[in-house]
Amino acid sequence: MEKLEKIMQDTAKHFLQEQKVDLIIGYKQGTIPLRTTPCFVTKPEDISQLVWNVCCDHDLTNFLLQPEYKDKKVGIIVKGCDARALVVCMAEGQIERKMVTIIGMPCPGMIDRKRIESELEPKEILVAEITEDQIHLKGKDFEQTLQKDDYIQASCKSCRYNNPPVCDVLIGGQPIELSFNDDLDEKLAELEAKSPDERWTYFTTLLSDCIRCYACRNACPLCYCKECFVDQTQPQWVGKTTNISDIMFYHMIRAFHVAGRCVECGACTRACPMNIDLRLITRKLQNIVKDRYGFEAGLDPNVPPPMGTHTMEDPQEFITEPE
Amino acid sequence: MTVAEEKSQIKEEKSWEPKILAFLCNWCSYAGADLAGISRLQYPPNIRVVRVPCSGRVNPFYLIKALQAGWDGVLVSGCHPGDCHYLSGNLVARRRFAILKDIVEFMGISPGRLNFSWVSAAEGEKFSKVVKEVVEKVKKLGPIRKMVKE
Repeated sequence: MEKLEKIMQDTAKHFLQEQKVDLIIGYKQGTIPLRTTPCFVTKPEDISQLVWNVCCDHDLTNFLLQPEYKDKKVGIIVKGCDARALVVCMAEGQIERKMVTIIGMPCPGMIDRKRIESELEPKEILVAEITEDQIHLKGKDFEQTLQKDDYIQASCKSCRYNNPPVCDVLIGGQPIELSFNDDLDEKLAELEAKSPDERWTYFTTLLSDCIRCYACRNACPLCYCKECFVDQTQPQWVGKTTNISDIMFYHMIRAFHVAGRCVECGACTRACPMNIDLRLITRKLQNIVKDRYGFEAGLDPNVPPPMGTHTMEDPQEFITEPE
Repeated sequence: MTVAEEKSQIKEEKSWEPKILAFLCNWCSYAGADLAGISRLQYPPNIRVVRVPCSGRVNPFYLIKALQAGWDGVLVSGCHPGDCHYLSGNLVARRRFAILKDIVEFMGISPGRLNFSWVSAAEGEKFSKVVKEVVEKVKKLGPIRKMVKE
């Protein structure tokens, strides 16, 4: 990864020097261990701030939707999921393809900082060193080495596109193959085979922890509406309580709003302060849209999103047709 | 016994009849329902009609909100594909409902609560059949308990 970091810095520097881009959005080391923070580089001499490691889990495409970056030529560091989110924004006309230089990183899977911290509780990590497959942690009176593969984020384990499907330059030139054991599809099949009542029980139990903080919405690279339906008050469609009915309402409609757009980046699950795993819902959304319309989000900026288009031949087996 | 269970039991004791909210498009299904009435065709009195300009006007909010408010079932009916007064409103609606129904049923609402159909202005008989079928389906499911906000 250090090698890739060097190549990434050189490429970004080259783009800045050639004035192909006005600024680079990437990651720099955060103020606490195992964290990175978004970083904006405008001068070639500052390029050494940029880092690339297994803690670069934020999605930077959100920044491109901000008005201050709309008319700038931006170079952006993206992983597979970020690139797909970017492509969806492009397909939806939010970002202009020619304004963005996509610097793609083949992603080896990001590590789950929350899990490491909760396992070490109450010990505090002060220094972290990450090598090719190990994480060395140091703190007051302790030192520990963890295997990186044991602490990969759940959403990265179920990742299907870790290499950017669309990018201007792929750092390193070589896509990475992931080989994690993941049982999300089996879990989904198991849940689908259950009765509606059992599924209702499953989801109400899962989501009963939800405190309606909307962190999932805020973290989502595709929830860019200026005014979200949950914030509307005239009329107010969704109650603001943590009554299970309101919670289910919110999650159903949010799922509906990202159907055919969701790229399974896992940002919602990662952002959740109550550790609610929404991956079954997001994976189901992928399957619904793929089965019905043969569409996968975020692979081609020139294909219109499925909910923004239609054909006469769309499947309609769900329509009531009396004999 | 919780309040919800108690309430639903009282409901069941008093020979319960389902209440179904029907969104009918102004140009086809509403006229179809009208035709059913003019032709003296019988259908169960369980539906309450909301006239909408087009099935594409029906926001998914309406449907889930209806369940939340205690309606036992929802029916959305519009023009046949290709006959939309606004050319493609029902095609947009078809994709929307397909996805919504899949999501809502995946999350545990029983199939049969959300219903969609195409009824033209000339299909009074079909309208009465659709209503009969939907009412029968919802009757089998019983009063709605999930989603209802207590």
